[in-house]
Amino acid sequence: MTALVTSGNNPAPANASNLAICAQKLTRKFGDFTAVDQASMTVERGEVFGFLGPNGSGKTTMIKMLTGILPITSGDATVAGIDVRKDPEGVRQRIGYMSQRFSLYDDLTVAENLRFYGRIYGLRGTTLDEKIQQTIERNALQPYLDRLAARLSGGWKQRLALGCSMLHDPSIMFLDEPTAGIDPVARRKLWDLLFDLSGHGITFFVTTHYMDEAERCSHLAYIYYGQIIADGTPDQLRDLPEASPAGTRRFEIDAPQVTSALRTARELPYLKSATIFGRSIHALVEENVTQQDIDRDLRARGVQPQEIRPLTATLEDVFVELTYKKQAKEASRA
Amino acid sequence: MLNYLRNLFRGFSAIFYKETVHMRRDSMAMMLALVVPIVEMVILGAAIDTNIRQVNTVVYDQSGVMDVAQEGSSASRDLINHFINSDTFKVYKYVHSDRELNEELVAGRAHVGIKIPLDFDRKLLRGETAQVMVIVDGSDSSTAGTAVNVAGAIGLDQSLQLVLARGINLGQPIEIRPKVMFNPDSRSPNFFLPGLIAVLMLMITVMLTAFSVVREKERGTLEQLMVTPVRPLGLMLGKIMPYFFMGLGEMMILLGFMRVVFRVPVHGSVVLLVALTSIYLFVNLAIGMLISVRAGTQAEAMQSSFSIMLPSIFLSGYIFPRETMPVIFHAMSNFVPATYMINIFRGIILRGAGFQELWLDGLILAVMGIGVLLLAARKFERMVV
Ligand SMILES: Nc1ncnc2c1ncn2[C@@H]1O[C@H](COP(=O)(O)OP(=O)(O)OP(=O)(O)O)[C@@H](O)[C@H]1O
Ligand SMILES: [Mg+2]
Repeated sequence: MTALVTSGNNPAPANASNLAICAQKLTRKFGDFTAVDQASMTVERGEVFGFLGPNGSGKTTMIKMLTGILPITSGDATVAGIDVRKDPEGVRQRIGYMSQRFSLYDDLTVAENLRFYGRIYGLRGTTLDEKIQQTIERNALQPYLDRLAARLSGGWKQRLALGCSMLHDPSIMFLDEPTAGIDPVARRKLWDLLFDLSGHGITFFVTTHYMDEAERCSHLAYIYYGQIIADGTPDQLRDLPEASPAGTRRFEIDAPQVTSALRTARELPYLKSATIFGRSIHALVEENVTQQDIDRDLRARGVQPQEIRPLTATLEDVFVELTYKKQAKEASRA
Repeated sequence: MLNYLRNLFRGFSAIFYKETVHMRRDSMAMMLALVVPIVEMVILGAAIDTNIRQVNTVVYDQSGVMDVAQEGSSASRDLINHFINSDTFKVYKYVHSDRELNEELVAGRAHVGIKIPLDFDRKLLRGETAQVMVIVDGSDSSTAGTAVNVAGAIGLDQSLQLVLARGINLGQPIEIRPKVMFNPDSRSPNFFLPGLIAVLMLMITVMLTAFSVVREKERGTLEQLMVTPVRPLGLMLGKIMPYFFMGLGEMMILLGFMRVVFRVPVHGSVVLLVALTSIYLFVNLAIGMLISVRAGTQAEAMQSSFSIMLPSIFLSGYIFPRETMPVIFHAMSNFVPATYMINIFRGIILRGAGFQELWLDGLILAVMGIGVLLLAARKFERMVV
């Protein structure tokens, strides 16, 4: 796989049979507004694909087109080898979807929710019972079977929702912000479960706003207001020249009173950009600048840095950088 | 072929299962939906029985022509006093000819006319049955019904007193012959209750399904259903059927109340009544479903329900007879399912009408139901969540 900063018209891949998802110039308009603009992407079987982007950038819209919920305005999409436009029903049998909103029936118990979703996928009799039992074990739901879904905590709700959406053994799962609003431990457990399942050959298409989750994905794409502007593995994205432009390097600066230190740092002539991460500053500076230079110049301005370390770009740096670039490009075009 | 049909209704049993669980969980609301119409029927039914008081009444007493000083004979005066004391009638005028009697009624000054015949005393003395004519203005069906019932009771009571006083036992001395003018069919509650049941059923059934899809839209569960293989018809029928059975049960209860508490006899076939009612329930549930699919929010569904139900009630002939409606309303009433149901109800319950007379109403309702359901299914298929 080669990392790209895409222009939205990459060529069709040759080995289509190995692909779980293949979208080509997928577009969705709501009236005059284009929510997804000629988005192309491919996801190979067994990948955990992370789909990132700011709020309202079109992630959910993309998923809805790929799952056949939302009609496609133009472009092509193949999911599990099936053309979504021609056979949305065929696609539905092979995929599972967990929507961004809580999608269980509050007033049904855990067992009833499982039974309902199993039956609606056409499972009957002993097959149904076996699948339900398997889901209960896999998700450790046994103690909660008779509890109303409304009374489950966030993490367990998500596990149940995941279980319900996988009862029919889908080969591709679409999860729209599955970890939004649940605690770090539950988040970690859910991701462990995803990797476990992905080990069994299931492809995951996951949207998230969490960078630590993005780091764990085997493949990432970044969508910015309808356009996919980056696509590759996390390492490839971190190495993107656009994200760490040629002739620059990054440092992490620890300093007391980090906000006023940031103001001072921004006065340095060789500083390209700087942001606060926790109690430290991430600074992008010209290539020939050293730790000693920064230390000296900050002290000259009254800031006493405790430590200055060289830094590789984080995914967040990459996405922020790409977003600025895109904005600048659009502004200059307008 | 069979497979194709099965495909069309895919997901039905799963949805049916889920909806029955919803109903069980929400049993308070379901009970309320069942009990409210019964309470309403009892209150309205009782109201029309007792709330009529001081109805303007005109009397033409021929029996006392010989007696110049007084109106009528002593026996006839006893009877008239009985009418006055009942509180239901207020005698405001005595007239002296059929023409005058008629004028008072036609002008609407009187709603009841009592006509005591010339030979009233003579017949009573001979132990024959004296007939008293009670003419009731039928244009107000609730007044008319009560007036007829009360007049009958008064006649019976008076007869009883006479029999007890004289010890003669030669049949009923006074017979009240009611005659309803202007709208001879109107006997309430016989006339009123069947229509009321149709209207009550309309209200609960439309409401029950009107929220069912839009609620899921608001909660976000519909989006999840959209990726399952459930088909629109499977979804809709699965949602309709549990409420259908509930509606049918409610219907039976209301009919039971009508029969037992209000003593309205059913002249026709109960089986036919249930069969045709089922179709009507189905139409209403389908209408609720269409409302639900079109609505964006539950509040919107509520509004649409009312904007369908209220005109239906007015146009159906439940309140105003269809025959007297302006042409345009009469034409519109043809598209209101309740119109046919009220016709079916009154037909079977009051007139003893059978399949021959009512098959067309049933067919029209069936076509309406299927049409509305298909419309809802189509709308659902194109819905964007
Ligand atoms: N049914 C719709 N009608 C009109 N506009 C819509 C509709 N659905 C989505 N949009 C618009 O399309 C854009 C993309 O929305 P989408 O929900 O795909 O964003 P997202 O990336 O999932 O955002 P978030 O991170 O907040 O979930 C938004 O501007 C949204 O307002
Ligand atoms: Mg979204």
